[in-house]
Amino acid sequence: MTKNNTLVRVEHLVKHFPITRGIVFQKQVGAVKAVDGVSFNIRKGETLGLVGESGCGKTTTGRTILQLHKPTSGKVFFQDIDLTEASEGTLRELRRNMQIIFQDPYASLNPRMTVGRIIAEPLEVHNIGSPKDRRDRVQELLRLVGLNPYFVNRYPHEFSGGQRQRIGVARALALEPEFIVCDEPISALDVSIQAQVVNLLEELQEEMGLTYLFIAHDLSMVKHISNRIAVMYLGKIVEMADRDVLFGNTLHPYSIALLSAVPLHNPAEERKRKRIILVGDVPSPANPPSGCRFHTRCPIAEKRCEMEDPEFREYEPGHWVACHFVEKAQQKMK
Amino acid sequence: MSPEKEMEQLVNKKTGKEYGRGRSPAQDAFREFRRNKIAVAGVIFVTLVVLVAIFAPVFTPYSFAQQNRYSNRQKAFTGYDITTDFAEENCHWYNTPLEWGCTFYIAGSDPLGRDLWSRLIYGARVSLAVAFVASSVSLIIGMIYGTISGYAGGKVDMIMMRIVDFLYSVPLLPIIIMMTVYFKALARRGVTTGFMGTLIVLNRATGGLFFVFIAIGALNWLGMARQARGQVLSYKEKEFVEAARAIGAKDGHIMMKHLLPNVIGPLLIIESLQIPGYIFLEATLSFIGLGVDPPTPSWGAMINEGYGGIKSNPHLVLFPGIALALTTLAFNFMGDGLRDAFDARLRGRK
Repeated sequence: MTKNNTLVRVEHLVKHFPITRGIVFQKQVGAVKAVDGVSFNIRKGETLGLVGESGCGKTTTGRTILQLHKPTSGKVFFQDIDLTEASEGTLRELRRNMQIIFQDPYASLNPRMTVGRIIAEPLEVHNIGSPKDRRDRVQELLRLVGLNPYFVNRYPHEFSGGQRQRIGVARALALEPEFIVCDEPISALDVSIQAQVVNLLEELQEEMGLTYLFIAHDLSMVKHISNRIAVMYLGKIVEMADRDVLFGNTLHPYSIALLSAVPLHNPAEERKRKRIILVGDVPSPANPPSGCRFHTRCPIAEKRCEMEDPEFREYEPGHWVACHFVEKAQQKMK
Repeated sequence: MSPEKEMEQLVNKKTGKEYGRGRSPAQDAFREFRRNKIAVAGVIFVTLVVLVAIFAPVFTPYSFAQQNRYSNRQKAFTGYDITTDFAEENCHWYNTPLEWGCTFYIAGSDPLGRDLWSRLIYGARVSLAVAFVASSVSLIIGMIYGTISGYAGGKVDMIMMRIVDFLYSVPLLPIIIMMTVYFKALARRGVTTGFMGTLIVLNRATGGLFFVFIAIGALNWLGMARQARGQVLSYKEKEFVEAARAIGAKDGHIMMKHLLPNVIGPLLIIESLQIPGYIFLEATLSFIGLGVDPPTPSWGAMINEGYGGIKSNPHLVLFPGIALALTTLAFNFMGDGLRDAFDARLRGRK
């Protein structure tokens, strides 16, 4: 892949949330290391799936890329412009090209605004078109996401979860962005509605050439929509590869365990397959384990894992992994 | 379902009207409010008092300051010493179909021979002015202060809230009393220039009400600021605010379009529940002689004037007392109804 093809480049992104003590004289007593050195590229027109357990920093990664959280360190390049250094004005202009769809369709729409005003808001903020143009555009967008254009004067509470999520999608599309962070857009929806929304996202991607960062914890859904997948554990990416490579030739012990939790469609295979159940809970990101962060729960961990943080290396072309004992994992866990 | 089909269903077949408008949360609350009979009664009473206060000259036969020294301390519906000359000269109802009302005092007269009915009606103006102006002042100051504090967060929030805490710890009523005494002393000396002079002129123009507004505003914006901050803190973390930031909206836009519309409802309700307190505070200040200046009638001041002779002339205390009680009660019912209507948790429990 050539460099020109890259739309978003994330380099050693770190986001720590400070833990403070004291009311008047606050002092920092620690930090929640939500994202701790994450690097990846997103190519134009592709969907990068980001999976991991709750609390592993997926959402924070997505929001930090969009500069909704100020990163602690690291760089985010969007169209080769460094967002972490960009001025307020530049950032505001760039926001026209990158948008976000939120997880909770109930909290992401202002209950006091009509649907028309919610979708027109991005246009108003960026002063695009006359009020009449905006009205037409809102109706067009509603039609695009499969809603009745006559819903403009309704309020969010009059819609179902799936419809609300479509409104959120319409708002994200209003500025015709190139890049959309989908922050668990389907986790809060019923399964039947999930498929509808995912299909909608796919159709829109085809029509408008969108690039997605698709954050989710539902592996089958991620497998369905993504071109490439990155697996996160406790603030770090442990494995990243093309979808089929990741599912066909899983390298990292955590990914192996995670994928073994996906139910199979064939009951006979389902009975035969080896389920790997990890022991213990995810350690606190405020106090992550030394060395490899996964060693506390890893079935193949050795002394070295406690001491040394494995490098995130390209094990085979396009297949990145952070583990000292890739071969051992292959033998013992499959 | 296809959009076209959904649209068809939205068209009212009988009227051919195109499509339904959505109902906002406020409209829902209004429907709920209408079902609450006591609250509606409160609103009707308050509206009546407002109308009477606005059109006070129509409802009163005499001016609130008009004395008749031959006819003081009259009981209700009496007026032995009202001469035809006096009535012709001073009664607004003279030469109208209401002329019969000029020959007696509807609610009696006070020790200075002023028509108590007229004073009661004009007194409503003072109470309502306090209810609406003082509450708006405290609402606006508190809301702006609290919203900025909550939205800014961090150190700014800390400093702004410690200022509120500090002011809260100061006993405000004695300070207000001292302030008013000081102002009144200045006013008596006839200061009319400079900042204080402007205040005093303003105060005189409003019949002594201006200082009451200041006193009540200074006393009550603190609580409002805390409430506003709390509300803002809870809404600030909502995803729709984050969505607005992702769009590229500026802080001012987020505060005006996203935070204030959500925050203002609960604050209005809290404020409406405070209104009876304001009316009472004005009455209290006027009762101890620190409220409105004579001859401006205020229910609190009228009770003060009458309570010395409560045994012989109970009507002097009774009528303003009843007016005060009914009005505060109506405001209370109204506030309760508003709170119930906007609180979704209480909905449908009857």
